[in-house]
Amino acid sequence: MNYYEKKDLADFPNIAEWAEEQGNKFFEYYNCATTAGKLSEREKSLIALTVASTQNCPYCIDAYTTKCLSLGISRDEMMEAVHTGAAMMAGITLAHSTQMRKIIKKKEM
Amino acid sequence: MDANEQLSLLGKFVYIPSFIEKISEIKDPLRANNIDVLQINVGRRCNLTCMHCHVSAGPNRIETMSKSVLEKCLAVLRTHPIAAIDITGGSPEMNPHLGWFIDEAGHLDRRLIVRSNLTLLLEKEYRYLIDVFAKNRVEVITSLPDCHEDKTNRQRGKDVFRKVIDSIRALNNIGYGISSRDDLRINIVHNPAGAYLPGSQAAIEYEYRRRLLADFGIHFNRLFCITNIPIGRYLDYLLETDNLEDYLSALYSSFNPYAVENVMCLSTLSVGWDGTLYDCDFNQMLALKVNNEAPQNIADFDIDKLSNRRITVNNHCYGCTAGAGSSCRGTVV
Repeated sequence: MNYYEKKDLADFPNIAEWAEEQGNKFFEYYNCATTAGKLSEREKSLIALTVASTQNCPYCIDAYTTKCLSLGISRDEMMEAVHTGAAMMAGITLAHSTQMRKIIKKKEM
Repeated sequence: MDANEQLSLLGKFVYIPSFIEKISEIKDPLRANNIDVLQINVGRRCNLTCMHCHVSAGPNRIETMSKSVLEKCLAVLRTHPIAAIDITGGSPEMNPHLGWFIDEAGHLDRRLIVRSNLTLLLEKEYRYLIDVFAKNRVEVITSLPDCHEDKTNRQRGKDVFRKVIDSIRALNNIGYGISSRDDLRINIVHNPAGAYLPGSQAAIEYEYRRRLLADFGIHFNRLFCITNIPIGRYLDYLLETDNLEDYLSALYSSFNPYAVENVMCLSTLSVGWDGTLYDCDFNQMLALKVNNEAPQNIADFDIDKLSNRRITVNNHCYGCTAGAGSSCRGTVV
């Protein structure tokens, strides 16, 4: 058994098990947040794919790559979105070096 | 692969219940409620060999509807109030009787549809058909899997995208797809270029309209999303890429009981190249004739028996009931 199994993606609708009230509220929120609003379904799907990639979630990457394909989003567009996520992750890491640099400057002679 | 082998593959995954079993939870049996559309497959010859083709059509196919079978179709249409005539193939242009048939059918004042791949229409031999289409107010429906050139060409073949765009432009130039000419309609079919289901028809139509106008200056009326049915050449593709189980599982898990209420077989009758009758073009390719309580050839047409015939279903029917449903006119819910 692997920690991540492809078929486990099908279990996502069951995650309300054992805490139904909270789970159902999550799904209501999830559906509201991921369907078209002021942003289109395409835009939201690309955001979701980018977050899934930065957070290393294989289930979400599978689900949102397929959803992006279904919406006619090209491989170039998806890869650009992933680069945006990668750049953000790099920027976030480097921005946190401020803490490191501040401490170094304070403590080093 | 013959029809029995295809059906056997579609039933191979035991955790997916048979469509017959699934449909019995809602409706048993599934019956036609009318014949609004006579869909005529005029032959399996085609100049293309698209990877998603359920007909497995191509240049080497020889099945072509004869003039005598076409005359029988006209006789049925003249004597019965069937609202729409839907001509498909293969490439209908490669049937030598197409121009004659459209002129005859044009006199019947019905909705007249030709499903063309649009890659032949600008060739010298077939160019006359543009005028035949316009004169008879033919609604043209064409497949364009993607509004990106490389993706369409990967699925349908080299240069296909450019030829389709050029043909749509030529049709636009005579009034097709222009809002002031509602009688000349050009509709596009989006079918996924891969092993996944189509997304929102409205979202994809919006994107096609925006890109095709911006990039090529072309117009169309409507876009129809059609789910690829796992038979014919598309089934070969799913097998070769190890996608069959995932795809069938996606179709099954997306089963939508509301789509069952509007599946096209309830109101469509499909005629094969030799006059044999089927519930749809997909059943036709699997040699699943109409139920034998109804006549099985256009020569024996009986509106009463055919209008409420029992529909022949099998596991490929999950393709028409997944998500928003799928039909030759796009989603159904």
